Amino acid sequence: MIAILKYNAGNIFSVNHAVLALGHKTVVTDNPDVLLKADKVILPGVGEASSAMKYLNEHSLDVVIRSLTQPVLGICLGMQLLCTASEEGNTFCLGKFDHKVKKFPPKDLVPHTGWNSVHNLKGELFRNINPGSDFYFVHGFYAESGIQTIAETEYILPFTSAMQQDNFFGTQFHPEKSGKNGLFLLKNFLSL
Amino acid sequence: MLKKRIIPCLDIRDGRTVKGIHFENIQDAGDPVELAERYMSEGADELIFLDITATVEKRKTLIQLVSQIASVVQIPFTVGGGIQQTDDVRSLIDAGADKISINSAAFLKPKLISDIAAIFGSQCVVVAIDTFFNGEDWYVCLNGGRTPTDVKAEEWAKMASSSGAGEILLTSMNKDGTKSGFALDITSRIADVVSVPVIASGGAGNPEHFFEVFTKTKATGALAASVFHFGELTIPLLKQYLSDQKISIRL
Repeated sequence: MIAILKYNAGNIFSVNHAVLALGHKTVVTDNPDVLLKADKVILPGVGEASSAMKYLNEHSLDVVIRSLTQPVLGICLGMQLLCTASEEGNTFCLGKFDHKVKKFPPKDLVPHTGWNSVHNLKGELFRNINPGSDFYFVHGFYAESGIQTIAETEYILPFTSAMQQDNFFGTQFHPEKSGKNGLFLLKNFLSL
Repeated sequence: MLKKRIIPCLDIRDGRTVKGIHFENIQDAGDPVELAERYMSEGADELIFLDITATVEKRKTLIQLVSQIASVVQIPFTVGGGIQQTDDVRSLIDAGADKISINSAAFLKPKLISDIAAIFGSQCVVVAIDTFFNGEDWYVCLNGGRTPTDVKAEEWAKMASSSGAGEILLTSMNKDGTKSGFALDITSRIADVVSVPVIASGGAGNPEHFFEVFTKTKATGALAASVFHFGELTIPLLKQYLSDQKISIRL
């Protein structure tokens, strides 16, 4: 069973459908027991960091997420929430990734919206995905590169487009909106 | 590198894809779910669905259609037509739309843009502007092109952008359906003055038109309907041509 975290961030429908399309059973839930017992957990995300963290803290989901031992995938805001802190609403986040989330300098159109390529790919998440493949991004904040970076993308500056620490994975792009490449990546995650 | 976007647009009436010239002479162009899947597999970067007969009684049909599309399409898509308030947006987003497009309602009540942006984020608000050239300048037109106004398109685009629009979809009514190329002048002027991405629409007829709009204006997306629906231009050939011309494109 693949658990998709239900919280005050949008885009749950698309993630759920993409996982179903790959032949998995899903449950969209905020129940701690169901999350803890799931084979994999996905934190979807379109929303704002401080209100999302406030929601997670108020529902004690922050403690639950930190304690997960199965593979966890944070998508977009979901990935940023797994970092230490975000400049969006000066938010203290879950701290699974040792990265800070910063606002893009306004040197080009922000948010960074559209298809962009990923480079310096590492690890199982990108199995059978070529460097330079395009994924779909929509975000105004970015995570800096660090030792947990497993993919990088360039827009205004080089930033982390995917990261991993132990069983925690994150993608800044939306695999559920990235056509075939996105489905490959989700398949890789689901077969971990 | 960020890619330029090729965006097929599906005008929807009574659950079918339709296409007219100068917003009139409507012809049937197929089942929207089938077309959406086909365009996705051919390499469309996004899709836009505009319900041109959105009325209260048709809303449920549209929402059902949106959830059917969302369950088979794994690329971003925008839905527009008849959105008057934030509740309309919620039902479309909950059904699986990534963005919504608002046109006349936003012009008549610009606060709608900031209201939607505050709840769902600017990234999901596309402000569609239909514009016509009256011989002197480009003006805003409302109600699917039926109601002219005396407001210049450039002024309205600036205001929509500063009100929280995440994107401007600019359709030239003089060019719509003519296959004579995009309206480069007004597209360029608007893309230069707003701080959000501009999608050029109206007039696409051949690959050179897309090359022109991506090199002569700062538009980051280009929309077309009839050339794709009736098979005069295929997305793979168009994208290969643009890539060969050194346009940053997703193949």
